[in-house]
Amino acid sequence: MEHREYFNRRLHSLLGVVPIGLFVVQHLIINHFVVYGEESFNKAANFMASLPFVTALEIFVIYLPILFHAILGVYIAFNVPTYNNKSYGYFRNWMYTLQRITGIITLVFIAWHVYQTKVQVALGNVELDYNLMADILNQPFFFWFYIVSVIAIVFHLANGLWSFCVHWGIAQSPRAQQIVTYITVGVFFVVSYIGIRTIIEFTMGA
Amino acid sequence: MAEQKTVTFIITRQDGPDSAPYEETFHIPYRPNMNVISALMEIQKNPVNANGEKTSAVQWDMNCLEEVCGACSMVINGTARQSCAALVDQLDQPVRLAPMDTFPVVRDLIIDRERMFDALKQIKGWVPIDGTHDLGPGPRMPEKKRQWAYELSKCMTCGVCLEACPNVNDKSTFIGPAAISQARLFNSHPTGEMNKSERLEGLMEEGGVLGCGNAQNCVEVCPKGIPLTTSIASMNRATLVQSFKNFFGSDNAH
Repeated sequence: MEHREYFNRRLHSLLGVVPIGLFVVQHLIINHFVVYGEESFNKAANFMASLPFVTALEIFVIYLPILFHAILGVYIAFNVPTYNNKSYGYFRNWMYTLQRITGIITLVFIAWHVYQTKVQVALGNVELDYNLMADILNQPFFFWFYIVSVIAIVFHLANGLWSFCVHWGIAQSPRAQQIVTYITVGVFFVVSYIGIRTIIEFTMGA
Repeated sequence: MAEQKTVTFIITRQDGPDSAPYEETFHIPYRPNMNVISALMEIQKNPVNANGEKTSAVQWDMNCLEEVCGACSMVINGTARQSCAALVDQLDQPVRLAPMDTFPVVRDLIIDRERMFDALKQIKGWVPIDGTHDLGPGPRMPEKKRQWAYELSKCMTCGVCLEACPNVNDKSTFIGPAAISQARLFNSHPTGEMNKSERLEGLMEEGGVLGCGNAQNCVEVCPKGIPLTTSIASMNRATLVQSFKNFFGSDNAH
C-alpha cells in the first residue's frame, strides 16, 4: 500500500480516541454505578453484557482497535526513541516520555484485567458481578495496581487527546496547543476522579 | 608571573567513523570573552591533555563564526548548540563537549549531516523554475507574508533540532523538524505553491511528518527561534487535506 507508515500512524492516532478513548470513558462511567450501590452496579454490568451483538461489538469496537493500537504502540515506545529528558527537561518532552511509559503500563494492566475478569468469567470460574470486583479490589496489592493503572490509562488518554489534536492539525498555533493542554489536564482530573472513586467504593463493602 | 587562569574542557573524542568514543580532558589558558571555538583553537596550537601528554588536536567543523551557517553545532554541557555562540564565561565548568551523535560521527566533534540533505530531497525543498525559456516574473508575494516566511527561511540546517528530537536516531527514518518546516516555507511561496502536493507527498512517505512524537524539544532548542512545532502541526493538517483529496478525488489534487 502507498504511504503505509503514514496510514498506520494516522490509524493509530484515530483509534486511540475513537473507539478506544470513548470505550474507556464509557467503561469507567458504567463502573461508577457502584457508587449508587451493589444492585445498581450489577444492573448496569448486566445491561452492558446483554447488549445485542455484544460479541461483535467487543471484537470490532474493543479488541481489534486495542490490538492494533498496542502493537504499533509497543513498537513506537521501544524501537524508535532515544529518551533524553535529562538533557532536555522540557514539559512536553516529559509528556512524551510519560505517554510511552503509561502506554506500557496500560498494556500490562489490560492483559491482566482481561485475564482476571473476562477470561475467568468465560471459563466459568467466577460470576460477572459486584463480588468479582470487590474480591479483587479488597486485596491491597490489586487495589494499588488498579489505582496506578487507572491513573496511567487516563493520563495516556488525556495526553493522547492532546497529541491527536496536533497530529490531525486541529491545534496548530502555540496558543491553541496551550489551550488544548489546559482542556486535557481537565479531562485527566475529571476522568481520574471517576475511576478512583469507583475503585475506592468497591473497598468500602456493601 | 602570576599563575595563568585555566578553563577545563572534557571532550568526547573519536578517532574515526568506526572507532570507539573516549573522553579526554584539557586545561586551556583562559582569556576574557573566549568562546568554545577559541578554546578549541588553543588545543590546536598546543595539543597537550590534562595529564601533560601530547595528543592529536581535537577536530571540529566551523565556518561563519556568527551563528548563521550551523557548521559548528555540537553538544555543549548536554545541550546541542553552536559552539561559536557559546561563550565560556556563561558556561558551567568543566565544559563538556561532545559530537551531536544522532548523526554519524566522522571524527571528534565533526559529524555527517547527510540525512538532513536527503530529507530536503524527500520533501523537494526548493522552488523549481528551471526551463528551456524565460517564464517571466512569478506572482508577487504580499509583504506581510514575506516577513512571516522570512522567519522560516532562517533555517541553516544546523541539526540542533534533530539532535534534541527523541524520534531522530539511527534506528528511525524520521526526517526531523527542519525539513518539515522547509516544506511549509516552500509551500507558502507563491511560485513554490504550484508544486505543493509534491512536497506533501514527500511528507507522507516513510519517515515523514507523522514520525513526530510531539516532544517539542526542537522549538525549544532552535537557535533561530523558528516555530518548528507550528510548522509540524501545519503540515499535519496539510497532509491530511491532501490525503482526503487523493482518496476521495479532487480537481485541486494536482
